[in-house]
Amino acid sequence: MSYYFVIVGTKDNPVYEAELGVPVGRSDAQLGKRHLNQFVAHSSLDVIEEMMWSTNALYLKTVDRYNDKTVSGYVTPSNVKLLLIHENKADDGVKNFLTECHELYIKVLLSPFYEPNMPIRSVAFDNKIRMAARRYL
Amino acid sequence: MLQYAQNRVHGIQDLERKLNEFGYRVGIRALELIMWREKNVRRETRVINMLYFINSTVWKALFGRVADSLERSTENEDEYMISDNEPAVGKYISVPRELSQLNCGAFLAGIVEAVLDGCQFPSRVTAHSVPIEGYPLRTTILVKFDREVMEREERLK
Repeated sequence: MSYYFVIVGTKDNPVYEAELGVPVGRSDAQLGKRHLNQFVAHSSLDVIEEMMWSTNALYLKTVDRYNDKTVSGYVTPSNVKLLLIHENKADDGVKNFLTECHELYIKVLLSPFYEPNMPIRSVAFDNKIRMAARRYL
Repeated sequence: MLQYAQNRVHGIQDLERKLNEFGYRVGIRALELIMWREKNVRRETRVINMLYFINSTVWKALFGRVADSLERSTENEDEYMISDNEPAVGKYISVPRELSQLNCGAFLAGIVEAVLDGCQFPSRVTAHSVPIEGYPLRTTILVKFDREVMEREERLK
């Protein structure tokens, strides 16, 4: 099962992206479809922008579908969007994962050397996201 | 912090702008953190709830108490005022005579502006000192929302 996770900043700029749970020896066919995830994530941003005003929950559940892929969205109080593209049904694991990622993002944000909307290049952050993915997904 | 800013600017307006920027940096981070610590993490979508959140929760987290008043301007629908009788930031700063116009509330205004901005309520926030009997440091923060915010508010009603 492969996942694609992306954090989108307030100016619709990518802050962080990761492919999770991809097997090491993947086939070329899978490789060729990787860019598709970015398109799917991008197209779901409009849906999220519409949905975020109708509720004040952070977790927006399933926002969009593309063939067999499902997009789950999460919007933080300061309008940073967390998207996860997955193939199975959205369940509690997805929600917990996104909540965990939100907490990790806050920890990065609180660093005085980090400006909002800056790409996150921290290796530690990357590791923690991957760990969370292993735990919840 | 004030000295740092003062050594790098010309004139009072410049200094207040600088303080405003500092406040903005604090505010944008404070918003995420304070919201996370709330019992039910949520996003605010309505103007009144948002202001109430700033008035009570943000103020309590930053200064240990609720701001003294939150009111709507009588003249304009899109203007709101948050007042604090004794802002903690101005308490121990003695303003020299030649800078008597200066108000350290500019820092607070920056925080408020960042919080509103972060929640997608673009607005213009300014600080004014309004001394009243017994509270010489009383500061009022005037929030003027952009037109698009008010239009959205109408739609959401």
